[in-house]
Amino acid sequence: MIKKLKLFFKEMFFIFNVKKSVKIGLYGPPNGGKTTLANKICEDWIGEEMGVASSVPHETREVKIKESVVIKSRGRELKFNLVDTPGISTKIDYEDFLSHKLDVKEAKQRAKEATKGVIDAIKWLDNMDCVLVVLDSTKNPYSQVNITIIGNLAARDIPVLIVANKIDLKRSDIKKIEAAFPQYPVIGISATKGNNIEDFYEEVFKLVKRR
Amino acid sequence: MITLQYIAHSEFGPLDTASKIRKILRSVKEDKILVIEGKMSPEDEAELITCTMEQIDKRFKGIEIASLDPQKKRNQDFLDVTKRAIANYLLGKNEGLTIIGPASIVKEIKRDPNKIELLTKMNNKRKK
Repeated sequence: MIKKLKLFFKEMFFIFNVKKSVKIGLYGPPNGGKTTLANKICEDWIGEEMGVASSVPHETREVKIKESVVIKSRGRELKFNLVDTPGISTKIDYEDFLSHKLDVKEAKQRAKEATKGVIDAIKWLDNMDCVLVVLDSTKNPYSQVNITIIGNLAARDIPVLIVANKIDLKRSDIKKIEAAFPQYPVIGISATKGNNIEDFYEEVFKLVKRR
Repeated sequence: MITLQYIAHSEFGPLDTASKIRKILRSVKEDKILVIEGKMSPEDEAELITCTMEQIDKRFKGIEIASLDPQKKRNQDFLDVTKRAIANYLLGKNEGLTIIGPASIVKEIKRDPNKIELLTKMNNKRKK
């Protein structure tokens, strides 16, 4: 009986909360594919891109919000505000940008903006209702940045879905990500090619329901 | 020459977040690699990243950090975790290890579940 009541209130809470506009954040280290995923979601459901994605690290240097994104799956609808955040890192050296054909002035400016972007991304953690942690599945998941992000979300009791991106690449290893974070759901996708994107949307519904 | 500095939990643990971060960044900016007994909390780590970003300039490029947490082994039941927590509390210990170094010297800290490998840069070029 208590279980049924609990479930009933949870369902009601879910319905009312969804109407209040849920904030779903995209977090992760640089070059994991956060903006590519944000663009994929926006292209699929709004028909427009959210931001510029590139192979140059720290392309996204400020928090961007796309309001009222509505996704549909199995006859259900979910409305949320999508928040794309700058990649979090512990070091930024302007010289790293020089190899990406930026001149010294541009590289220094990008580094300056990138440091501010990291600070903003961390500040925004408190504003999130749910978070998609976007990781490059070809890279070692045991980085301290990944652990710090997920640890902070756990400390704030924010539901997390780990998105193992770039599964279309040969070196992709979802199992390693699952082994690194066994207490969290992991979904493998390719944001660029759209692989497994339907299952991803289904997981987003489950994520919002967990809050 | 690389300088390693060990900080015991008895010295680091009682400090508040701001003092911990001041201590870390002061040493890292002196090109020291810190080996700290114990693990920082996720909130302290986030604050460390924030302060690091605020202090990045021509000379200071940031930090490399990794920590090991032996308490987070899988298949541990509640009783094991509780026993360990009580023992650590009584002995004033904090299991785990944190390594922090300047990004200008430490190229990468490779971390697997049970080991840390620290790779340093061979030629440490500095600009004035």
